[in-house]
Amino acid sequence: MTVTLLLEQIFNGLQAGVTLFLIAAGLTLILGIMDFVFLAHGSQVMIGAYAASAITIATDNFFLGILGAIPITFASGYLLEWLIIRHLYRRDHMDQVLATFGLILFFNELIRIGFGPAALFSNFPPSISGFVEILPDTPYPVFRLLIIAVGLACALAIHLFVSRTRVGAMVRAGASNPEMAAALGINIKILFRFIFAAGATFAGLAGMMIGPLTSVEPGMGEPLLILSLVVIIIGGIGSVRGAFIAAIIIGLVDTMGRVLLPVILREFMGNAAADTAGPALASMSVYILMAVVLVFRPKGLFPPKGS
Amino acid sequence: MKTKLIAAAMSAALAAGSSAAFADTVKVGYMTTLTGGGGVIGAQMKNAVDLAMEHMGGKLGGMDAEIIFADDQRKPDVAKQLVNRLIKSDKVDVVAGIIWSNLLMAVHKQVTRADTLLISSNAGPSPIAGGECHPNFVSMSWQNDQTPEAMGEYMKNAGVKAAYLLAPNYQAGKDMLSGFKRFYDGEIVGEVYTKLGQTDFQAELSTLRAAKPPATFIFQPGGMGINFIKQWEQAGMSEVSKLYTVFSVDGVSLPALKDSALGTISTQTWSPDLDNAVNKKFVADYKAKFGGYPSFYAAQAYDTMLAIDYAVGKSGSTDAEKMRAVLASGDIPTTRGPLQMNSNNFPVQNFYLREAVKDADGVVTTKIIETVFENHGDAYAKDCSF
Repeated sequence: MTVTLLLEQIFNGLQAGVTLFLIAAGLTLILGIMDFVFLAHGSQVMIGAYAASAITIATDNFFLGILGAIPITFASGYLLEWLIIRHLYRRDHMDQVLATFGLILFFNELIRIGFGPAALFSNFPPSISGFVEILPDTPYPVFRLLIIAVGLACALAIHLFVSRTRVGAMVRAGASNPEMAAALGINIKILFRFIFAAGATFAGLAGMMIGPLTSVEPGMGEPLLILSLVVIIIGGIGSVRGAFIAAIIIGLVDTMGRVLLPVILREFMGNAAADTAGPALASMSVYILMAVVLVFRPKGLFPPKGS
Repeated sequence: MKTKLIAAAMSAALAAGSSAAFADTVKVGYMTTLTGGGGVIGAQMKNAVDLAMEHMGGKLGGMDAEIIFADDQRKPDVAKQLVNRLIKSDKVDVVAGIIWSNLLMAVHKQVTRADTLLISSNAGPSPIAGGECHPNFVSMSWQNDQTPEAMGEYMKNAGVKAAYLLAPNYQAGKDMLSGFKRFYDGEIVGEVYTKLGQTDFQAELSTLRAAKPPATFIFQPGGMGINFIKQWEQAGMSEVSKLYTVFSVDGVSLPALKDSALGTISTQTWSPDLDNAVNKKFVADYKAKFGGYPSFYAAQAYDTMLAIDYAVGKSGSTDAEKMRAVLASGDIPTTRGPLQMNSNNFPVQNFYLREAVKDADGVVTTKIIETVFENHGDAYAKDCSF
């Protein structure tokens, strides 16, 4: 394996990582601040992808699709919290798991009724479908670079918001000790709804950006939900910084594992055995990493202060 | 004397009653995936079954017909329960459908041993084509290895020197690649197994680009195929390597792929442009009724109903043994022309090379370029003895 290929794979891992971060950022706050087990976060990814694709198809303008989909995902998160989620905060975790699992089925069926079971056509416009030479003789798709840029920009914005603004301070206080924060006069209910809707928007944004890369179909968010749960467990539940670092680690480990493990295993065993063991181990790698982190740091790598 | 007369009358009445109850209605349990991942495939198959029944005036082989649809949700345990209900409580004469090989393996013994006819509209795993074959099973599709075999043969004849192979890491993925390698004799540059259900292939594409193989052969069914081919085009891979596919570019994925699939080569036993009267009527009416091209899944589902119609009509019976004898003797009218059968009840048929092209209306579909295999039988029939 050459150095340029290795660097290209690092870019691929980075792109997978920032996408995961956008989904995990909201999820870690929902779990950390509200102590709420929310399994339907993958549905927000799907709603974002469908909203963007549908508007893009209708208007024939990709950027209009993204612009239109952002308020839709914010509204869907806001309404979901107001209609259903706020009634579940006081229930135990099992009730929350059951209710939000039900929401996954509900959203998948809703999309199926609205758009049919077939995957929706989605692609990005020619203006951003070119390539950039990130290294000599290594063309890289512009669109994927754009995803990395948007993901990093969002991460920076979330970081500045949480660490530098007054509302951000309330979010941090809520993450550390919700009762004390409420006692100090912070309107936790409104704060929750705002965080929930913002989290849904970032997850939706992830869906809008991966829509043109993958098939936009009912249930597309669930595999990403599982990975983002791994991310927030490794990063420390409630920590946005932890979620960012963990997402990048997971993106890199998953990508490198898929590419390198079969090659490495071929050095030690027969090709046929390596072809079987390599992909199997690669798909386990992120979960093994999670198990190792949990053994040494049960609260994750960067748990919020005071938790 | 009197009692004898009454007994005779009663038995005659019973016989008449039984023939009315059994012989005049054909019950078919059609199991496919209608919800969850793969629901889009099942929806097309159900459309095709409905269309077939409409074409045949609601009858099968001249008898009244009842079709009971069952949704297996792509889960083997659900499939087993459904089949149990279809056989024991609905008392169906035929269990048909089934997209996935692992589901067919799960219900194969259960159906065939209950003296019920089992007709696959898609799955064709190797065990039931060979050592574990049963006369009550009939395939209206193909054996899994055959379609990649045809691609291997085509690429060998086309003088493709080296190929890079990619398939999901599960049984059908390995079957497909071993079928391909059975006929292809060029160099295998790489053999990569991806995760089942993988959505992003960028890492694999980067590695592939660095390997610079002249040809790439993939098996990525359903949503995976949509993802792979989209990303292949987006990464500009068509300038690096030529893409050859099986079960990845079809009537299910093309509406989501559109122009990005243009020029892709695949092998298949069927194509919408296959030139025979049955197929022309099927494709035209399907498009008119459901607003889009049918996939090969739909064509095979349609053929399954034609086969049941043929078996019941020719044998005049819903008895599994009589129906299967008719089907085993071949000449079944289908969208692929009159279909002949192998000794293991799998079809012996042609395999075509197809290319994704635009039709007169600008819709992306597949067109047959050439016939790779004529009357091609599978590799496992020799291991099967009833």
